[in-house]
Amino acid sequence: MDHTDSARLSLISMWVGFIAFLAAAIMGVYQVLERSGLIPAIESPALYFASVSTHGVLMGFVLTTFLVVGFGYYTATTSLKQPVWNKPLAWFGFYICITGVLMAAVPLLTGQASVLYTFYPPLKAHPAFYIGATLLVAGSWVWCLEMVMMMTIWKRAHPGDTVPLAMYGTTANAIMWFITSLGVTLEAIFQLIPWSLGLIDTVDVGLARTLFSWTLHAIVYFWLFPAYIAMYTLLPKAAGGKLFSDQMGRVAFIMLLVFSIPIGFHHLYMDPFQAAGWKFLHMIGTFMVAVPTLITGFTIIASLEVAGRLRGGKGLFGWIAALPWSNPMVTAAGLGLLMLTLGGFGGMINASYSMNAMVHNTQWVTGHFHLIFAGTTVIMYFAIAYYLWPKMTGRRLYSNTLALTQLWLWFIGMLVLTLPWHYLGIAGQPRRISSTPYDPVLVQQWDASELAMIVGGLILMISALMLVYVLARTHGNSQQEASLAVEYAEPLHPVLRIPPLLNGLAFWTVLVVVYMVASYGYPILQFFLMETHGTVPWSI
Amino acid sequence: MSIDPLRHVCEDPLERKWTWISLILASVMGGVLGFYALASNLHPPSNVETIDSSRLHLSEEFAEDKLGVKTNPDGSLTITMVAARYGFYPPRIEVPVDTPVTLRMASADVLHGVHVPGTNMTTMIVPGYISEVTTTFTRTGEFSLLCNEYCGLGHDQMWSRLSVVEKPGGGG
Ligand code: HEM
Ligand SMILES: [Cu+2]
Ligand SMILES: [Cu+2]
Repeated sequence: MDHTDSARLSLISMWVGFIAFLAAAIMGVYQVLERSGLIPAIESPALYFASVSTHGVLMGFVLTTFLVVGFGYYTATTSLKQPVWNKPLAWFGFYICITGVLMAAVPLLTGQASVLYTFYPPLKAHPAFYIGATLLVAGSWVWCLEMVMMMTIWKRAHPGDTVPLAMYGTTANAIMWFITSLGVTLEAIFQLIPWSLGLIDTVDVGLARTLFSWTLHAIVYFWLFPAYIAMYTLLPKAAGGKLFSDQMGRVAFIMLLVFSIPIGFHHLYMDPFQAAGWKFLHMIGTFMVAVPTLITGFTIIASLEVAGRLRGGKGLFGWIAALPWSNPMVTAAGLGLLMLTLGGFGGMINASYSMNAMVHNTQWVTGHFHLIFAGTTVIMYFAIAYYLWPKMTGRRLYSNTLALTQLWLWFIGMLVLTLPWHYLGIAGQPRRISSTPYDPVLVQQWDASELAMIVGGLILMISALMLVYVLARTHGNSQQEASLAVEYAEPLHPVLRIPPLLNGLAFWTVLVVVYMVASYGYPILQFFLMETHGTVPWSI
Repeated sequence: MSIDPLRHVCEDPLERKWTWISLILASVMGGVLGFYALASNLHPPSNVETIDSSRLHLSEEFAEDKLGVKTNPDGSLTITMVAARYGFYPPRIEVPVDTPVTLRMASADVLHGVHVPGTNMTTMIVPGYISEVTTTFTRTGEFSLLCNEYCGLGHDQMWSRLSVVEKPGGGG
């Protein structure tokens, strides 16, 4: 069907993401070197924090947004077999995003936005930074609208049919992202932009942090969704089997939509200005959001087992050996699940209302999110790219061996980078530091880990270069790809009749809005009910 | 288990079982940790109390000469501190071991955070609000207060000392 030009949009979008990724990975290596203090010549807090701010923005906002959007368009057109709803609008959204990125890049690279990717006021960045970031979000809303429209149009044209799981997940993500990105957008529009332009004198930092927390948790699921969608809908087929359960995939996506937004207070556990009762409620909600991930883990592993047994694997673990590990999708998913398991244990500690105190704002946190986000999520982005590049370009992947090596290096590099970070956190090292001028007795315990992270960073950078190399060379490959169709996995039990609630999202959207009002309504309202003192801007 | 409510969404009994396990696991984890926190009265710092950060020097509590360690009538201690780029004031504090200590902290400028490695003391320090955290230091020795939220280019220079000493009079 007509998906050749969604291929162009997707390809360009994903390229923007991966170029941002490569630049940020190189900055990552500079950062680990600078922090170690081994090379006095490169010591510079100004450069370091400009770099970490840019690295965070490129990895956290640019790579992710462009990848989600690019993958989303391709998933929509290929799973629904229907063209992009409004192509000029889709491109318009893309250009808004690009404009936002370029606008934010100038102050970032010139050190006028070294406020880190969380831009907590009252540190003030150049207004172009806040405006650029807002444009990036606004551009992504065009994609949200496109996804909702495409699913709606398809359902109208196919009354009674089941929306393909890949599209169901993509649309759930679009709705979730729209709702969750409202928090940071409100903060930018009503507080940061006018304040940085001098139109208002002060901002209420408590309110700003509360609004930011509205976005800060579910944004990680926005990043993670493509990884889960690939695991449910592409992986089982790539492994030579079937999806264990289509319905449970839907249930998991719905739970992510409903549960992931109204729990942002776990980012405020250590803040004053929100009462303990609210934090406690959000903690309970935070544990609920582990359920869809557990369900996903089970369904994916069960699907892999089905594949392994179909391929002749026997015994309790024989099916693992029987899986086609030469397939990048299978390898990435295997390694990704391993990192997710490790990271999951760590996450239980972060999420705990009382144990969080041991690791709050230490290097542990950086280790945790590099493991799950830069590890699990991003390794699945690689797998998606290796799978889709041949379909989108019509050329065979340049080298499967290089692709596999790249994935393994990413996994190894990530462990070497993040395990020492977890240790450093337990040993008391704060996050976001460019040097360690503290009590020598304390610092001495950290030295070995500071070295390990350099090794990890270098391995990761080599892996990042290999990814871009393989993708770039694929465009020039003379061998044609035989099959351009995206092969979505079939469920083990064919879906005969599906409850309407598992085939639509309107009900769940209303539910999440109600849940949001209940969990954020008063905590936001309180800032307007009590007398607060705003804060003037401070330069970095 | 005659009628499993999950039947509507899932035909496979194994998967239903796993879903129940996930639900129970998450509830038990949440429940145990929640109960533990409530039972041992471990709450994260959560008082909602505002202050004008630009006028700390004029405030009753956080003016420069009011800072430091004070003993309350019941024998517990209150420490009043200001966080400002790039230090904690007063820069050196001494507290007796095994004594309940309430730290009250305010920021004079931007966002900061503080933790003391080797203890469970930690809180964010948010301009416009007063942070209050209660703890008891159970080991004697030299500790550090480290700023743990990025507060500007000198963020990693921001730390100070805390000595935990024997109780005067050997624990009376
Ligand atoms: C070459 C591989 C990488 C290296 C060496 C690296 C290194 C670092 C370092 C040293 C920091 C500063 C940590 C701190 O002190 O708080 C950092 C921050 C960050 N990294 Fe990476 N990183 C790498 C890859 C990634 C990837 C793939 C992602 C996500 C896709 C990522 C996301 C982030 C984010 C969002 C921050 C900002 C943290 C903050 O502002 O506190 N990184 N990284
Ligand atoms: Cu979160
Ligand atoms: Cu500080």
